[in-house]
Amino acid sequence: MNWALTLWRLASFAVAAGLIALWQLIANLKLVSPVFLPGPDRAWAALIRGFSNGTLLDKTIGTLEHMFYGWLVASVVGIALGAMIGSSKAMRSYVAPSLEFLRPLPVSAIIPVAIALFGLTQGMALFVIAFGAIWPMLLATIHGFGAVEPRLYEVARSLHMSRLAVIFKIALLSASPDIISGMRLSLTVSLILAVVCEILAGLDGLGHWVLLSARAFRSPDLFAGVILLGVIGYVTALAMSMVEARLLRWRTSGH
Amino acid sequence: MNAERLKALALPVGLLIVLELWARSVDIHSDALAPPSAVLLALFNAFGDGSILSATRDTLASAFAGLVVGGAIGLFLGIALGIFQPLDRLMEVTIESLRPIPSIALLPIALIALGFGYRMEIVIVAFACVWPILILSRAAVRSIEPRLIEVSRALRLSPGDRIRKIIIPAALPRIFLAFRLAAGIALIVAVTVEIAINPIGLGAGIMIAQQALRPDLMLAYLLWIGLIGYALNAGLLAAQQHLFGPAALAGEVR
Repeated sequence: MNWALTLWRLASFAVAAGLIALWQLIANLKLVSPVFLPGPDRAWAALIRGFSNGTLLDKTIGTLEHMFYGWLVASVVGIALGAMIGSSKAMRSYVAPSLEFLRPLPVSAIIPVAIALFGLTQGMALFVIAFGAIWPMLLATIHGFGAVEPRLYEVARSLHMSRLAVIFKIALLSASPDIISGMRLSLTVSLILAVVCEILAGLDGLGHWVLLSARAFRSPDLFAGVILLGVIGYVTALAMSMVEARLLRWRTSGH
Repeated sequence: MNAERLKALALPVGLLIVLELWARSVDIHSDALAPPSAVLLALFNAFGDGSILSATRDTLASAFAGLVVGGAIGLFLGIALGIFQPLDRLMEVTIESLRPIPSIALLPIALIALGFGYRMEIVIVAFACVWPILILSRAAVRSIEPRLIEVSRALRLSPGDRIRKIIIPAALPRIFLAFRLAAGIALIVAVTVEIAINPIGLGAGIMIAQQALRPDLMLAYLLWIGLIGYALNAGLLAAQQHLFGPAALAGEVR
């Protein structure tokens, strides 16, 4: 059975390799102008060159930093606010509807407001990314707190636990699956917003790099940047699901 | 019920009143904030001269065209991969390595290949819409009651008929759900592309208002974009419940 899986996996890689070969063929035959479509060989060479002289590494770290700081701020604030709102019934009925109303707002629309407030700075990027990434976590936390098994609250009452203890020992734990899936969603949002902010504000990062490469018609560099952004998206999602599996191990083993 | 509604309204109304009073009392000269009454006035004026309407048309047209193109590709691939398991396994690495590319990262490529305008925006929106629809329709096709497939086999339906008469109707509630999610994404991506670079539509409108130091107009655009997002979501949700009823809820992935 395991062998069959490995074989399928290998075949799947072979298909991907075949598609890359097709891309190379199209580029070699110049079916699409090389200005727009460099072959994978040239994109790869640009990737290697960028990493060997350190530019691409700097840009990658820049993007990761923007993304990560914004996401971190959003996580802390989102979970804290969510816990505050979710743990009180009054807050839920007063605040939650407004949040539900704000949720479908395309978050990038806040960028001009942030530019007006902060200028084209790192602070603007931090604000925008945090604002965009907060929604999935905030709403997941509120929802998770609302869905706690009521008997757990009864247990807490009979144990005379304080409100903080109830939040930390019962509600947060029981809401953690919701919160973590919110955090994973936010990670994607923060990558996209990091790229947009870099493009708009010229902050050091891959977003700015791909735009500059496009303006100078250096398409191999451009594709190298896009490939790296894909890798960042993939690796962060993978890391998050590994963290999720590890943190939530108690759930599957308990049943 | 009514009391709940009042409670829900208390916070936004209260905030607006406080903001209005505060803005009036200190007579603010800010690049980012304006009293709510001025924002409303700017919104009415923008409606009056038609600028916001044509911007809305541009944004919605690009978002919709991208959704249709991306949705068609995603649906086709999703159904194909859902029906033919071997194909799905063969494409796994390709799909999983293309999917995490943030759609906005394609912006520079689309820019040099297509230039400014509708086409590049439609391409980016379509790329963003392919994935949710592909993944959800593939899952929808796979979760079809196996007996329905057996019935189609017993009836000796041709593959085309099997897809048209059994698979698509059975998967339709979840496919509609996928389209609802993708429509939200399409609007978000369209506005984002416009804000980042493309000089058409609502996103460009809000950027121009910001650069012209018109906070009232900028916030009016923000309000309008929020209303469109809300209306789109609420409308599609209502349509989903109306069309599919409980079946739609069964397909809800949570």
